[in-house]
Amino acid sequence: MQNKVHVRTTINGEELEFLCEPRQSLLECLRDILGLTGTKEGCNDGNCGACTVLMDDRIVASCLVLGAEAEGAAITTIEGIAQGSQLHPIQQAFLEGAALQCGICTPGFIVAAKALLDQEPHPSEERIRLYLANNLCRCTGYDKIVRAVQQAAAIEEAVR
Amino acid sequence: MLREVTGGRSVVEASGATVREVIEDLERQWPGIRERLIEDGRLRSNLSVAVDGEISPLGLREAVAASSEVHFVAAIKGGG
Amino acid sequence: MSDRQFTVVGTRPVRHDGADKVTGRAIYGADFQAAGMLHGYILRSPHAHARILRIDTSKAVALPGVKAVATAADFPQGPDRLVDLGDGEVPLSYIRGNVLASGKALYRGHAVAAVAAVSRHVAEEAAALIEVEYEPLPCVLTALEAMQEGAPLLHEDLKTREMGKPTDRASNVADHLKFAMGDIEAGFAAADVVVEREFHTATVHQGYIEPHAATALWNNDGRVLVWCSTQGAFVVRDVTALVLDVPVSRVRVTPTEIGGGFGGKIPVYLEPVAAILSRKTGRPVKIVMSRKDVFEGTGPTPGSYMRVKLGARRDGHISAAEAYLAYEAGANPGSMVVPGAMCIFAAYHIANVAIDCYDVVVNKPSTAAYRAPGATNAAFAAETVVDEIAEKLGIDPVEFRLRNAAKEGTRRADGPKYRRIGCIEVLEAIQRHPHYSAPLEGPNRGRGVAVGFWFNIGMPSSCSLSVNADGTVNLVEGSTDIGGTRTSIAMQAAEVLGIPARDVNPTVADTDSVGYTFLTGGSRTTFATGWAAYEAAQDVMRQLKERAAKLWEVDAAAVTAEGGVFRSGDKSLSFRELAARIGETGGPVVGRGAVNPRGVGGSFSGAIADVEVDPETGKVTVLRFTAVQDVGKAIHPSYVEGQMQGGSVQGIGWALNEEYYMGPDGTMLNSSFLDYRMPTALDLPMIDTAIVEVANPGHPFGVRGVGEANIVPPPAAIANAIYRAAGVRMRRLPMNPPAIMEAIWKQRD
Repeated sequence: MQNKVHVRTTINGEELEFLCEPRQSLLECLRDILGLTGTKEGCNDGNCGACTVLMDDRIVASCLVLGAEAEGAAITTIEGIAQGSQLHPIQQAFLEGAALQCGICTPGFIVAAKALLDQEPHPSEERIRLYLANNLCRCTGYDKIVRAVQQAAAIEEAVR
Repeated sequence: MLREVTGGRSVVEASGATVREVIEDLERQWPGIRERLIEDGRLRSNLSVAVDGEISPLGLREAVAASSEVHFVAAIKGGG
Repeated sequence: MSDRQFTVVGTRPVRHDGADKVTGRAIYGADFQAAGMLHGYILRSPHAHARILRIDTSKAVALPGVKAVATAADFPQGPDRLVDLGDGEVPLSYIRGNVLASGKALYRGHAVAAVAAVSRHVAEEAAALIEVEYEPLPCVLTALEAMQEGAPLLHEDLKTREMGKPTDRASNVADHLKFAMGDIEAGFAAADVVVEREFHTATVHQGYIEPHAATALWNNDGRVLVWCSTQGAFVVRDVTALVLDVPVSRVRVTPTEIGGGFGGKIPVYLEPVAAILSRKTGRPVKIVMSRKDVFEGTGPTPGSYMRVKLGARRDGHISAAEAYLAYEAGANPGSMVVPGAMCIFAAYHIANVAIDCYDVVVNKPSTAAYRAPGATNAAFAAETVVDEIAEKLGIDPVEFRLRNAAKEGTRRADGPKYRRIGCIEVLEAIQRHPHYSAPLEGPNRGRGVAVGFWFNIGMPSSCSLSVNADGTVNLVEGSTDIGGTRTSIAMQAAEVLGIPARDVNPTVADTDSVGYTFLTGGSRTTFATGWAAYEAAQDVMRQLKERAAKLWEVDAAAVTAEGGVFRSGDKSLSFRELAARIGETGGPVVGRGAVNPRGVGGSFSGAIADVEVDPETGKVTVLRFTAVQDVGKAIHPSYVEGQMQGGSVQGIGWALNEEYYMGPDGTMLNSSFLDYRMPTALDLPMIDTAIVEVANPGHPFGVRGVGEANIVPPPAAIANAIYRAAGVRMRRLPMNPPAIMEAIWKQRD
């Protein structure tokens, strides 16, 4: 067994620490050590986006980040998107627009969409598709997902 | 599919009040056909029976009317 | 029935499991945790075909952190027998053999041994220490290869069944069947134009984003408890019990949420292995597949070789249709070539038909169902030949199809006559759709259409419904929810009860808690489990009328119910008011429904595709896509649209990029999402949908089922569009850039 690394990090606004093996990915640490199973494993090699989290506001594939690299970073996972008991406009838009079927890719899409809308509040359809190109969905064909992101942008605009 | 038993005919006539009775009548006309359709007293598991175009969940027990059409089709169960 | 007014059916409520699914709270297979859980890893064969001479697990067992290993030797030993899982009898040895190989490895990726350890990493390390001595054998990778005289045989005991009758011919051909109608020779003789073409399609995978995952606990009381992501909890129960040779009642399967299936999560792979490892260790064991394992060790859909020959008269009437279908079943028989044969000409009224089909084993993973299994391959062949003939006759492709369209009373080649179906309505919807007549300007652009069909199935479902004092109801059903069905089922109950959909709390229960329910697939769930909910709701209404009758001291027959209000004379109570009083009128009200419905209605579908072909690179861009489908009745239109869009995009991927790229030794060279190229958001436009509702007279709300027929036409529609864009007829799938360029260059020469 490898000697463990002591990691201090901030996840969804909360400071915490954990021990992990050097070889464990951030995805593994989130799911198996911290019990945050909302982030999913689809391929473990960065090609499906199911493991998308934000690391210092940047979209990353958490399967391609080592747990040890989370040291000192601010991580946002799907568990941190809702505002207390209030769903985020993106989450609300996904539900109202039926933008999920099996739901396995949904956490990754919501986190990626949040990063997009935080940076570009009025993205075109093309920008949305480009930004979300690394999030694979096999159930929806993406149509309702793109529309939900557009709807979320409109909701956020209305609130502003 | 059973044409070699029925001497090349694809449509045959039979009588009976249930699918089972129809098969018994078919066996009288075309010996050997029952074995292709029934095993251990039940419809072979790779077959379904359609009466008047509708797959019957009752199999051999399905009632058959005088002018019904009975077909034995491949059982299709799976499919996502 | 399509114009009947509904209150809940046809609306778009938010799904009941929505909050859990958008917050990451929903528990999928790999999310499940149990105290003391160990992690399993499966060692897989590197050879496509090999005898397994010896397995030595001693080094693996010795690795610190390893708690147990398992091989096929841990399965109950004994004489083989035939078992019936519902698709025809198969040898138990084939089922067990695909879970853990015994004697032979039949494909690269075939599970050979398993390890349980304290972590997935340790289990994987330990698996690498298992020594397996193989004797590699020559492999066959395509149906035509495997059918050759003298081809290496996968199963020494496999004898071809000719037309259902066993022969004593050892072969890789498991089944050979023929369907025939009319006089095919006369039919072609009467034709003014005849087109015969050959087609090849590659193996493709369902591509669900969630890998298979299962946890099993062989409990101290002898019960085997399973938590897994599956399309059928009862299927897992029955197969696991069979493989382990324990009574079905000793196995309890709790389905977790499932991250996609499309047919690929019907077969059982992990559960018996996890159970054996749990029995050996006394602890729960979880096994999660890697993406590579999913590609190499589960059930993709058959690659195929097909020939289609059609003859038509100058007036557009198809006088003869002939097909030869050879599908790759993978390692074990069961390629769904028969459904392919049943669907291939299903959209047409043709008097003279001959179909010859072969189910052939090859050294590839044992195939599983993939959304209308068998039909998409067949439609790629038939619908492109139809397009060619229509062009040769100078008839619009939709008009040509209308002249030959199947309708009520049309007989299919496999025998039965159609009852009420919506083929003509789908074709007319295509014709009327703005997409069909929209101008398509610019070079290298073209539009294609195609149609498709899927039977849909019925099969058993159970449901119970209990009334809460606040006027809500709890609904317990057994259909794992892949796409929002717990809501479409709840809506059907709500419609009968006269309450809003949100007042129904649906639960997908485990195999101890709900009556037998067949798998989620075959486009059956909204149809059959919805029907069970309908029956349970009718039962509740009967009971509630009796309760109202008690309160009002009238005869139950004098009580009516409509729109959620119970009435008798001038007395009335809302559902909620009455629910509050069930305690005082006799106690709990629990309704039940258990169905094995007849009245299944098939679904016709259509696709209109606009593409642009880059003449320098062969890249095909889908500019516009419209999916049309007769669903009978759309219970929840958003999820119906979603099914149509999802199936269309899978069809687009199948058409343009997806394939198992096989090395000559049977290795899949592209077993990752990087190189197994599925469509991304950037590859696609919006997918427009046109829902056609030709009510199924067999179902209380007219439902046919929507899940599958939509994947059938896209590859053909895109091929037909590519022809109009680039002038080349594609006869192989996938139609990827190199294939398109080859076709373009060949044509220039």
